[in-house]
Amino acid sequence: MAAAGKRMLTPLKRVKGLGSARSGTRHFWIQRVTAIALVPLTLWLVWVILGLVGQDAFVARARLAEPVTGMLLVAYIAALFWHTQLGLQVVIEDYVHTRWMEVALQILVKFAAVAGAVLATLAVIRIALGN
Amino acid sequence: MRERPLSPHLQVYRWPLSMALSILHRASGVALSVGAIVLVWWLMAVAAGGDQYQRFVDCVGSPLGKLALFGWTLAMMFHLMSGIRHLLWDMGWGFERERSQATGWIVVIGTVVLTALVWLLARGGL
Repeated sequence: MAAAGKRMLTPLKRVKGLGSARSGTRHFWIQRVTAIALVPLTLWLVWVILGLVGQDAFVARARLAEPVTGMLLVAYIAALFWHTQLGLQVVIEDYVHTRWMEVALQILVKFAAVAGAVLATLAVIRIALGN
Repeated sequence: MRERPLSPHLQVYRWPLSMALSILHRASGVALSVGAIVLVWWLMAVAAGGDQYQRFVDCVGSPLGKLALFGWTLAMMFHLMSGIRHLLWDMGWGFERERSQATGWIVVIGTVVLTALVWLLARGGL
């Protein structure tokens, strides 16, 4: 029975391991890996933001200009936007059934995620370099 | 005889906790995606400094801004707690009915506690 089941796939299909959806488990895995990264990073960011409540622009800038803070912010931005666009992709796949609208929304989400990540990273670099 | 739906229907279905949490996980994720825009705005405002930072502070400090921030705090703490529950499931832990019910309530209570804690700290100026 097991042998017969295996013969349903060609050896190449089995090696590629992409399954019926043809995309494998890559989406699932990255969603989880970024989620794991976001647990400590989110708690850290909330802590940083709480420390800035009521502070002026100079204090905010000086705090975020610290090297470790800058690095963690960039890591947070990367994990956040990667995780976000993977999640939104699934939501669109599930609820938008008009093909052209689905494709347009998927592209819009990818572009917006990259734009958000690029703008935020550039801001962190400007803060770190002081210009 | 009262007219009844022929199959389980959302309006007459008593939602199991996990079903409500699952829907909320998705909804909070979408809400947080919108919140990510504010994060970008915040960093850009800090980078620009001066008037632009002040404009950001005025906006998020307004009653409407605070309400939105509170909503995002709630969504973030929920998504965080619920996400950890999902990660435990992914490792094969916690599928038993009692255990998933218990972790579901931990998510609900944890969300309320963490959100309250964040806002108490924020109001106290830390």
